Amino acid sequence: MFGLCKDSTSPSSHLSSDLSSRPPVSLAKCQNLCSYQGVNSHGTPVGRRVILGMVGLGALGVVFGRQLNTAVTDTVNATLPGLGQIIPAAGGFRIYTVTNGYPEMSTADYRLRIDGAVSRPLNLTFADLNDLPQTSMTKDFQCVTGWRVDDVPWSGVLPSDLLEVAGASPGASALSITSFDGAYTESLTREQAVRPDVLVATSMYGKPITREHGGPVRLYVAPMYGYKSLKWLSEITVIDHVIPGYWEQRGYDIDAWIGESNGRSDEPV
Amino acid sequence: MIRFTLAERIAHRTLAVLMIVLILTAAALYIPDISALVGNRPLVKNIHSYSGFLLPLPLLFALFSPAFRRDASEAGRFHPHDWAWLRRRNSPSPSLSPTFPATGKVGAEADKSTSVYPSHPVESALAPAFGKFNAGQKLNAAFTVGAVTLMFATGMIMFFSSLVNDNTRTGATFVHDWLTLAIVAVVIGHIYKAYNDSEARSGMRTGTVSYRWAKRHHPQWEQAYSNHELGKSDTNRA
Repeated sequence: MFGLCKDSTSPSSHLSSDLSSRPPVSLAKCQNLCSYQGVNSHGTPVGRRVILGMVGLGALGVVFGRQLNTAVTDTVNATLPGLGQIIPAAGGFRIYTVTNGYPEMSTADYRLRIDGAVSRPLNLTFADLNDLPQTSMTKDFQCVTGWRVDDVPWSGVLPSDLLEVAGASPGASALSITSFDGAYTESLTREQAVRPDVLVATSMYGKPITREHGGPVRLYVAPMYGYKSLKWLSEITVIDHVIPGYWEQRGYDIDAWIGESNGRSDEPV
Repeated sequence: MIRFTLAERIAHRTLAVLMIVLILTAAALYIPDISALVGNRPLVKNIHSYSGFLLPLPLLFALFSPAFRRDASEAGRFHPHDWAWLRRRNSPSPSLSPTFPATGKVGAEADKSTSVYPSHPVESALAPAFGKFNAGQKLNAAFTVGAVTLMFATGMIMFFSSLVNDNTRTGATFVHDWLTLAIVAVVIGHIYKAYNDSEARSGMRTGTVSYRWAKRHHPQWEQAYSNHELGKSDTNRA
């Protein structure tokens, strides 16, 4: 619509050329039009600066994101404690599930079966778990996609205690672990499962484990990436060989040591 | 008056739909309570990823439209009155008559044309823009281009995360997450502004606005437009 002034580079030059080519009646009008067009074609390229500035900052953010992420998370948690647990970007958990929604189970209905190569198969209630020796630890949760939640207080029962109560056969070298979400499974070697930093967790942050975090009972495998820490735990089967779990059938490493698997170099927990 | 051509309106509408789909699916992936309500994570994730792939297309296709290129070039440039407009927005009591710094050609020309501004307080408090877009609209447009570029780039890094190292992936996630919060704030502001101006809204919906609306909000644009239309009819008559 302002094409008639398009070729001009300065208001004065196009004014004259424009006037010569137009009927005299629009002389005054053209001044207005051209002054408008003159404004249009000069001025500060703020738009370009905003875009380039954003892209530049974004590129810096990608390159230094890891360090920035820690700094921002620390600042946010220092100034607004609690926000980190609401906004994942501020250092909170990102909640994943492989099924639709999160399965729900009350502590009253909850049962943990321990079966397979055991002399005493167990069907434990939530109260039974609380009657067993309790272990607490405060350790980070590291996801294979890169995020990490620092210093999460966990407590529950050591798998080594459970296997002892159930009388697991000494020759059986692996565990197959099942979630009551109906889809998720995990695997651990027996050696891995009896480490002191692996827990059948019944509490997180000093409170019962919430539904989205895998409550009432989940696994917490501190030295391995988060996908090993199966949520909504329902069954531990003692077997003689490792059966790859849900993500392991989809290409993730079976021995998921933090910093030494899945092509990642995170700091160990 | 024609404010936006069909091509521009289609680009705007497509971008808006993609943005809303992306924000809603992001909420369903990101906020635990909404995740629990919505479920279907793999499906939601796919919708988010593929909408993300499409996100730059409305803007890229719009570049084929001369009207869009013209508007983009105007929206990309700031003049003294734009800074004045921002200052006026920020000051608690808007001055009763628009003041433009009389610097250089632009300022001088701006002074010449102050007469078109409505003189009574209520109308001048509306802070008319000098050109077709006010400074807020210009910043919104630039932010949108920058945000689409960054969200697309970081989204690609996250989607093809096996091709990059851990730090790059973490960095891309960091940028993607925090920029999301900024985008949501800007989009809410954008919708709020539109909600308060039904004619601006219908301008984007139908492409046309009344001369009265244009005179009030974008007096210079209205004048130039009218003159051009007048010029056309003169030429036709001649």
